[in-house]
Amino acid sequence: MAYSEKVNDHYHNPRNIGTLDKSARNVGTGLVGAPECGDVMRLQIAVNEETGLIEDAKFKTFGCGSAIASSSLATEWLKGKSIDEAMQIDNMDIVEELALPPVKIHCSVLAEDAIKSAINDYRKKQGLEELA
Amino acid sequence: MLKLPIYLDNSATTAMDPRVLEAMLPYFTEHFGNAASRNHKFGWEAEEAVDYAREQVAALIGATSKEIIFTSGATESDNLAIKGVFEMYASKGNHIITVNTEHKAVIDACRHLEKLGGKVTYLSPAEDGLIDLNELEAAITPETVLISVMYANNEIGVIQPIREIGALARKHNVVFHTDATQAVGKVPIDVNADFIDLMSFTGHKMYGPKGIGALYVRRKNPRIKVTAQMDGGGHERGMRSGTLNVPGIVGFGKACALCAEEMNSEAARLSALRDKLETELLKIEETYVNGNRQHRLPHVTNISFKYIEGEGLMMGVKDIAVSSGSACTSASLEPSYVLKNLGLDDELAHSSLRFGLSRYTTEEEIDYTIEHVRSAVQRLREMSPLWEMFKEGIDLKTVEWQEH
Repeated sequence: MAYSEKVNDHYHNPRNIGTLDKSARNVGTGLVGAPECGDVMRLQIAVNEETGLIEDAKFKTFGCGSAIASSSLATEWLKGKSIDEAMQIDNMDIVEELALPPVKIHCSVLAEDAIKSAINDYRKKQGLEELA
Repeated sequence: MLKLPIYLDNSATTAMDPRVLEAMLPYFTEHFGNAASRNHKFGWEAEEAVDYAREQVAALIGATSKEIIFTSGATESDNLAIKGVFEMYASKGNHIITVNTEHKAVIDACRHLEKLGGKVTYLSPAEDGLIDLNELEAAITPETVLISVMYANNEIGVIQPIREIGALARKHNVVFHTDATQAVGKVPIDVNADFIDLMSFTGHKMYGPKGIGALYVRRKNPRIKVTAQMDGGGHERGMRSGTLNVPGIVGFGKACALCAEEMNSEAARLSALRDKLETELLKIEETYVNGNRQHRLPHVTNISFKYIEGEGLMMGVKDIAVSSGSACTSASLEPSYVLKNLGLDDELAHSSLRFGLSRYTTEEEIDYTIEHVRSAVQRLREMSPLWEMFKEGIDLKTVEWQEH
């Protein structure tokens, strides 16, 4: 199975690899997946507490090319979005954008989980209830 | 001149040797006869070519030509051996002993027989891939009709103590089958010295054509019989009906003859290259060889690069064709059952690459591979959360993972 051009691009030129200070009040961290499943994604957002917008997003991923591309794309999409907008990101948007084949859909699901998990980590720090 | 991409997936299949192709070509057009046609020159020519090839195949493994049954490949040979013995020896018993790191052709044939009332013992090898002979002997019962243990494993290249297993089987009067697909033509094999009764192998793993294989069936001391699994014209001493694939057989024979001639020098050259590849890659931190390093094929190595995932790594070295024990593409997401059954953690199984060298592998290709794998590992570890956690001293086993 050949990878799509966009998966190749994100894999070879990943956007926003890195680590944010997970103890900071305005940083939300999502760590999803498991090593024995072959995918682990860590996605972090830094929220501007005045504007409520996501001003930075970083990721690190253990996984196949599609998992790396899905998380790279997610960080790109998250920047500049409000929390509410970020919650709307659906895994199928990622599937469509990256032209993922059916066997790789789980990579997009994991990326969506990572986004939601990072947002809820941030909300918890802010004393807000978690969103589903 | 280095030509890309580099092929290091020779445990999956090998390129056919041009000398093999040359031998085959006349048998597609000029000498196209059916080897079973007894009444004209076309048939005689084909039969003669098959007889000659049968001698070449037999000579490579120390057998006689009458003991070679041509099949479509090793999967068919495994099925014929296992199901054929189960049927033929049904009056003696219904118990089979095999190993849980066998090829699927063996495991699934055994599973099939379980549904038909067969009893199967699946031995577990030690972490290095070798089976325990005491455990094997203890598993033998008066109902045991077959022991099936592969010669060399297709993922890690580990060679089982075949002679000792054969001797045990002989002592207990049990038929011994070995799937030698990865080993024939790579290491010297003598079916008599190793007490082998049935042996599967195939052309395309040894520079021959695809779609042609053989089952060695011992004719004396003791005489072994298998029940045919396909009905028809009674070809191949009644064990495998179907018009013979003459060009394939000619090519298979030629491939065997070339291996007999070149195997020893080739093995010395390839094990030196394999050792270089392995030594250099093991210099990378947190990198491990899977399987026993003494008892194994000369041209194979299987290495886990901890904290990165195999398929992701393969994508990073896209000019090098290898295989991974990770199976991110399969619906189950299960990593290699062979590596899992060695007791490897799933994450190490997911992090593995298999390198298989061939007659055509050059030192330049190995140097390129070393350099590119090394830089891809470094790049992927920089983006691996697991590597970061490892570097921070976090024990990954204590983390509560959110499996999905």
